[in-house]
Amino acid sequence: MNFAFSEEQEELRQTVRRFLEDKSPSAEVRRLMETTEGYDEGVWKQMAQELGLQSLHLPEAYGGQGFTFVELAIVLEEMGRVLLCAPYFSTVVLAANAIMNVGTDEQQGTLLPGIASGETIATLAFTEPNGKWDASGITMEARQDGDGYVLDGTKMFVIDGHTADLVVVVARAAGTSGEDGIGFFTVDGDAAGLTRTPLATMDQTRKQAKLEFSGVKAQPLGAPGGGWAALSKTLDQAAVGLSNEMVGGAQKVLDMSVEYAKVRVQFGRPIGSFQAIKHKCADMLLEVESAKSAAYYSAWAAAEDNEELPVVASLAKAYCSDAYFHAAAENIQIHGGIGFTWEHDAHLYFKRAKSSEILLGDATYHRELLAQRIGI
Amino acid sequence: MDFRDSPQEAEFRDEVRTWLAEHLKGEFAEIGGGGGPADEAGWEVRVEWERLLGKDRWVGMAWPSEYGGRNASIVEQVIFNEEYAKADAPARISFFGEGLFAPTLIAYGTEDQKRRFLPRIQAVEELWCQGYSEPNAGSDLSNVQTRAVLDGDQWVINGQKVWTTLAHRAQWCFAVVRTDPDAPAHKGISYLLVPMDQQGVSVRPLRQMTGTAEFNEVFFDDARTDRANIVGEPNDGWKVAMATLGFERGTAFLSQQLGFRRELDHVIDAAHAHGTATDPSIRQRLADAYVGVEIMKYNGLRMLTNLVRRGVLGPEASIGKLYWSTWHRRLGELAMDVLGPDSQILPGDPRDPYELGELQRIYLFSRSETIYAGASEIQKNILGERVLGLPREPR
Repeated sequence: MNFAFSEEQEELRQTVRRFLEDKSPSAEVRRLMETTEGYDEGVWKQMAQELGLQSLHLPEAYGGQGFTFVELAIVLEEMGRVLLCAPYFSTVVLAANAIMNVGTDEQQGTLLPGIASGETIATLAFTEPNGKWDASGITMEARQDGDGYVLDGTKMFVIDGHTADLVVVVARAAGTSGEDGIGFFTVDGDAAGLTRTPLATMDQTRKQAKLEFSGVKAQPLGAPGGGWAALSKTLDQAAVGLSNEMVGGAQKVLDMSVEYAKVRVQFGRPIGSFQAIKHKCADMLLEVESAKSAAYYSAWAAAEDNEELPVVASLAKAYCSDAYFHAAAENIQIHGGIGFTWEHDAHLYFKRAKSSEILLGDATYHRELLAQRIGI
Repeated sequence: MDFRDSPQEAEFRDEVRTWLAEHLKGEFAEIGGGGGPADEAGWEVRVEWERLLGKDRWVGMAWPSEYGGRNASIVEQVIFNEEYAKADAPARISFFGEGLFAPTLIAYGTEDQKRRFLPRIQAVEELWCQGYSEPNAGSDLSNVQTRAVLDGDQWVINGQKVWTTLAHRAQWCFAVVRTDPDAPAHKGISYLLVPMDQQGVSVRPLRQMTGTAEFNEVFFDDARTDRANIVGEPNDGWKVAMATLGFERGTAFLSQQLGFRRELDHVIDAAHAHGTATDPSIRQRLADAYVGVEIMKYNGLRMLTNLVRRGVLGPEASIGKLYWSTWHRRLGELAMDVLGPDSQILPGDPRDPYELGELQRIYLFSRSETIYAGASEIQKNILGERVLGLPREPR
């Protein structure tokens, strides 16, 4: 029994933290969040070439380094801590895992090396204007046309959909419903008939787009149909990844709160000496530490790819969503007026907490999913 | 990061399982593991069972071998507790002696004291109770007013303790008493060991809102104990008393967690039986309770890993008490809503003594858990001040 990161893993964390503190300080986050693309190409390339972050958990045969989901989780936590603006979650967590879960060896050999090297930005387009996260939300149909397939319809809330070079699309065979007939397809970002519209997002640090498909030619990824198991697994892995990212942000806002509570003086004493503030911080600590336990454990389950993953993924997503939101909200309250200003970073974390809570299904959604998964 | 047993751990687990399979039979197996250290159901059987455990050195397994222990590692203790809970073996009765007093004695006691007291704890010849709280010293423990003065070779003790679990069963009490009334609160306290079976000690059961009386009031009226029955120096007992509290966050958490998990299963069963398992808001709360009890396990495992690796407890250790007591209280509240109107009807006849069903008992008893062993508000002060480094309240 051992529930700790190894020395090598701690070193990885330190390396990534130093890099991100240098490349993604608040000023840089604020610069990039105002842009449509929402990332810095130079930093993206450095992430791949100097640190190998995009290739971390990809198989060595396809240009990856063969690390596990635990290392990936460490990187995501650090990114969440600084609100890194980059298409990392969409490319490495959503798209790459989908490709690994469903793609043939040949397809993985074609698609993954570009992701590993930082050449390819990719995403997974599965949600639609109905805003559902389960199989019933997928209404886009893939029509067979000669050797290939043609896609028509609209995908919404696609993370980094407007900048992705490679779009992995989830669609269903005509006449199917629910978990039947789900398939994966790949489409180039600049494919004919694909209209991509960046959306104005409340959380400016994570970009979303609307993708309209009008007779777009698509290549099947893996065997068409029967893809629900692979999608479900991809979403579980993504929930684990996002939980770890949220934990990074949650710890950061706790740190901000505690620091401020020690120096802000009212009524002649630091506000952190008042139990009203102290107990808020203690509650945040309890939730942040518990969120870490859940996120790290779920990362281990994802690394082992064991039968616990579905339950633990929903468990972690439900808990971490609530914990991050609560911590980010209390951070504003503890900061008082300054916490409500545009100038202070508190709102950036508050907005990221909310967008992360909703992404992949909120806590209520995952608690219901969990209830079903444990047989209630 | 790996949650599987190492080969040595697997071997030890086998040893525990084999021992339990060989011994947990007959009336020992029938009694079940329900109830906590304060529960007295099946007391005589549990005493016999505890003696069996002691004979094979499962009581005191963590102690050094020169005092009859097994020198068991932290992970081994966890494995033992886990297997013990899975086997649904009888609730342990020596928590205060084995779990709290013995580790304190090993850390702060004299060689003579260790030789005198530890073997009798292991043999279950002597049970202990904890004399800490007083009517005017609850959260503010340093305000204890029970006095002890030396009279020749003996301490003479006068005062009152309250909330003393199993005092009526115990042969000994480790008590926090004031030996220098003129010193500042923390400085004049001593940690005395007092025999319970004497004229000067009287125990009065304290009936609680549950209708039962696990806790007691203990009155010292010229009670006596030998001068040597003190742990640490006179007037330097505060740090010893605090060390004991540290052991409350021991390795037994996994068996506690498994017990909670079993209770949650009973609540889920009740939800199905009462038709509330389809109610969306009840489903949310059941799932939330499941999330909570699983995270309790992960938190505990993280705490233990840090303890094994660094020899010190990380911040996640301090959240344990606050976490489980809050979770358990909410489980009790959920259980009532799951049962609906049935929650208000006791299992017995109106003419019977007041007796609760299992889920009703969780609901009521859990109100004590956010109060005893450091109320939640005190736990939050500890977290804020000692873990987060926030300034203390001016006093």
